[in-house]
Amino acid sequence: MNIKELAASLHPLERKVLPHLQKKGTLAALAKASSLQEVEAMRALQWLEGKGCVTITTEEEEGVAISKKGQQAHKLGLPEEHVIKALKQHKELTVSAIPHHLPPYDRGATGAVIGVLKKLGLPFITTKEGAPAFKWVDAVAIKEPPAKQGLAEASKREWWLPITPATKSAAEDILRRKGYGERQKRKLKRYALTKLGVALTEQRDTKTYEEKLTHAMLKDGTWQQKTFRPYNVEINVPRIHRGRKHFVNEAIESIKRIWLDMGFTEMTGTDVQTAFWDLDALYVPQDHPAREMQDTFYLEKPARGSIPAALYKKVKRVHENGGDTGSTGWRYRFSKEESTRNLLRTHTTVLSAQTLYAISQGKAAMPGKYFSVAKVYRNEALDWKHLFEFYQVEGIVVAEGLTFQHLKGYLRAFFSKMGFSDVRIRPGHFPYTEPSAEVDVWDAKRKQWVELGGSGIFRPEVTKTLIGKEVPVLAWGLGMERIIKEYYKLEDIRDLYRNDLEQLKTIKAWL
Amino acid sequence: MPTITLSKKALLKQLGARLSDEQLKEHISMLGTDLEGIAEDEITVEVFPNRPDLLSMQGFARALRAFIGKERGLRRYTVKKSGEQVIIDKTVLTCRPYTSCAIVRNLHIDEERLKEIIQIQEKLHVTFGRNRKRAAIGIYPLEHIAFPIYFRGLRPRDISFQPLEMQREMNGEEILELHPKGREYAHLVQGLKRYACFLDGKQRIMSLTPIINSHLTGKVAEQTTAVFVECSGFDQRILDECLAIIVTALADMGGTIESLELKHPEGTRTTPQLEPRKMKLDLAYCNKLLGFSLTEREAAALLGRMGFGYERGSVLIPAYRTDIMHQADLAEDIAIAYGYAAIPESLPTVATVGQADPLGEFSRIIREVLIGHGLLEVHNFNLIGHAEQTTMMMAEREPVRIANSLSEGYDSLRAWLLPSLLNTLAQNRKHDYPQHIFELGKVFVKDESTTTGVREELHLAVALCGEGEDYTAIRQILDSLLSALDVKTPYRRTKHKSFIPGRVATAGAATIGEVAPAVLRNFGLEMPVAAFELPVASLRK
Repeated sequence: MNIKELAASLHPLERKVLPHLQKKGTLAALAKASSLQEVEAMRALQWLEGKGCVTITTEEEEGVAISKKGQQAHKLGLPEEHVIKALKQHKELTVSAIPHHLPPYDRGATGAVIGVLKKLGLPFITTKEGAPAFKWVDAVAIKEPPAKQGLAEASKREWWLPITPATKSAAEDILRRKGYGERQKRKLKRYALTKLGVALTEQRDTKTYEEKLTHAMLKDGTWQQKTFRPYNVEINVPRIHRGRKHFVNEAIESIKRIWLDMGFTEMTGTDVQTAFWDLDALYVPQDHPAREMQDTFYLEKPARGSIPAALYKKVKRVHENGGDTGSTGWRYRFSKEESTRNLLRTHTTVLSAQTLYAISQGKAAMPGKYFSVAKVYRNEALDWKHLFEFYQVEGIVVAEGLTFQHLKGYLRAFFSKMGFSDVRIRPGHFPYTEPSAEVDVWDAKRKQWVELGGSGIFRPEVTKTLIGKEVPVLAWGLGMERIIKEYYKLEDIRDLYRNDLEQLKTIKAWL
Repeated sequence: MPTITLSKKALLKQLGARLSDEQLKEHISMLGTDLEGIAEDEITVEVFPNRPDLLSMQGFARALRAFIGKERGLRRYTVKKSGEQVIIDKTVLTCRPYTSCAIVRNLHIDEERLKEIIQIQEKLHVTFGRNRKRAAIGIYPLEHIAFPIYFRGLRPRDISFQPLEMQREMNGEEILELHPKGREYAHLVQGLKRYACFLDGKQRIMSLTPIINSHLTGKVAEQTTAVFVECSGFDQRILDECLAIIVTALADMGGTIESLELKHPEGTRTTPQLEPRKMKLDLAYCNKLLGFSLTEREAAALLGRMGFGYERGSVLIPAYRTDIMHQADLAEDIAIAYGYAAIPESLPTVATVGQADPLGEFSRIIREVLIGHGLLEVHNFNLIGHAEQTTMMMAEREPVRIANSLSEGYDSLRAWLLPSLLNTLAQNRKHDYPQHIFELGKVFVKDESTTTGVREELHLAVALCGEGEDYTAIRQILDSLLSALDVKTPYRRTKHKSFIPGRVATAGAATIGEVAPAVLRNFGLEMPVAAFELPVASLRK
């Protein structure tokens, strides 16, 4: 941009400060000279700096910030001035009368005022009544206290008195007075014109430019006579934000889409479940370590739920002796007490169990493919690594003739849609699947296998009991938060649900 | 899940094979255990709870040896009769009714071995023994014990012996109060009139089970060569399995196992029981489950790599394999031996039509409308503090309570969303205003007509926070939403303690208004909030 174009592109604020720019100067002086507020002048300077016309430096400046009391003193006069005025009028003033003449903002200045009067050399006498008093003598020269000048100076600078050799005594006088001001350090902004800046000040574009195209100009045609100020179209503008979904919900929607694309039907159900559905129906023995208090949220009120009687009998039998499933069962005494306890579901597999039962009731289709992306609970203390509520992603396929090889096939199809280039399985263990497998996916960035989920074929103890006949059910699932945490490079898992509005506005989209 | 730590050198020696770290890693994870890490000489392995037999160096090495083909098939253990007796008194029937016992001789216990024995005992206690509740294990040096051994229930005050790690004799009550193990396991005997104890032929107390051994007769140390082992609990089968896991591990250290005659009020039996269990192999079932067409010979060979024997159509299951309940369990072991990686994969045709949850789809539309108004969606927990829902909102509700939450401040399920939104606004006071937020989430309400006594509903709540946010502003959002969904509903004046009187209304099932200043102050908010909340289903036609 040449100098002419540069001059033409100036913003009105820049235009306002331009005639007042010195080779070097302070922001405060510039603001004053151009009749702008300091923030406006600062904005103009920053824009000019962006164009290479000035350099801005920040210095620390020591000074006195004048308090409310100090401001009052400036307006109403200092305490000693009030007292001297009274003394001059009455010719004599007892010490005990001094407080009556003090200004309302500083009733406690008696001691200080006595000091000032003595220093001025006003005679200290005893009245006829025997009271100590000051006497007025015309010959005594009344000096103006240095604070007065200082306060006057500060009043022009938004109640700030910089400490310089010239103001030192005034500042000290103000600081000596209790509560008039406070010694502080402040940032002082200075600018200096660059070569280009100097050239710009000499250029002086006298043309008038129009800021905005208006409705009126368009209507009456005056736009034809106007020149519009060229903008600096390359600089950044303030950010604005769109309304948006919570990023975890974005991820949930996109994962649901994968299942739907694969022809799966969504399973839904309650978060509050009985231990019967959540665990017993899935052949988790009642003394399984995971069922203990510390892992599971149990409800205090209502503490118990009801369970379907016919199914209860079958589940009890299968735990105790395998029932008609060909299994030995867990071989222990099954407890109804334990079964009816209300809890917050520990896994979404409870939804799969209920879907299998729905098949036996003719309420769900077989063959069928079902999925859920839903919340599960684990009784943990919240910290950077642990959440007590999180999402589980789970799918099942129910059809005659399915095999372990088909499970492998589905895992590849699903995880490749999830964006993983390779998947492998290792032996694993879940109480409700056999065979069971851990699922690893290939992390292309770190070049290593990462454990991501679990899978297996439901045990006959589960399927035969719930569906009524033994049909293979392929199942796999994974936790969702870990993937999201990795994607967004969050260190602290709680950041997923911190609901910091800045984060929610600015975090990138789930792609 | 339990982990065990093994010395790599010792493991490789037991395996009798030279393996690189890579090979070892591969074998361990393909056997069905989770390798946590190899560091210098230390290997840490996570063992799944269905395989307690892998919780010792010996058991682990035994399985791995078979798996890599060094020693296939059933490993047989000989049991000699010791001729000694354990006499179980009827007084234990009410406190800890069963035990399984054995003697193991010819042990050469050194420092390493001692550590291994302690590890087996500890790991089994925690996992298979369910913290000693289901099975507790005692191991005693034989040299200090006189036979026969008695298992008896004694009154706490009649118990007197010097427990391990204590300087003096204590009675049963003292042990529960003063001994660290006594305090840790006191709950297992709480309320019992008698505590189960092992006594030797000279009537000296050897242990108070499941808590602590005697210092004099129950301390295994280096140079111990023979031990008496007992497991006690409530289920004879579990105890037999537990004993089998321990004595086979001790035998694999070079020990020789001897049996004991157990005279129980219900009948006399001999333990340990190490005879393999027989299960018919349903080859067709396994082939069908795995998609294989293995011959009987091939299947038998694969089972051999998992440490099973095979005899005329039956699988011989070692006494320490406690996890085989069904053909499916055999099928899994066949698959593991075959190698999960080697199993081919194929995608079947299961023709179905996908279907999303209709209410979920409907809320997606609601989201789009609200985002169009520039609102930000937030996502809070379903668990929340009791006070935030009730007293802080100046509302009377009895929320669904959690009995045992470990996270402070999260002791109930939310009955409405507005408190969550006010929490969110309170946490965002440092950010720019106005703040316009919404949430879609479940709420939980007591309802005796449901099977759990809790009704769950999807709710929507919107809150506008900032200078000048008022009834008109929030009403504009709700009106826009209702018109987008083609819902027509009149607004009616109502009373609600959480809102400013005269500035709160209902519109169908929605409640809308300006939040009461006292509520705002309760949440530490210094900006006005206008909000509404409604059940999503109420908007659907």
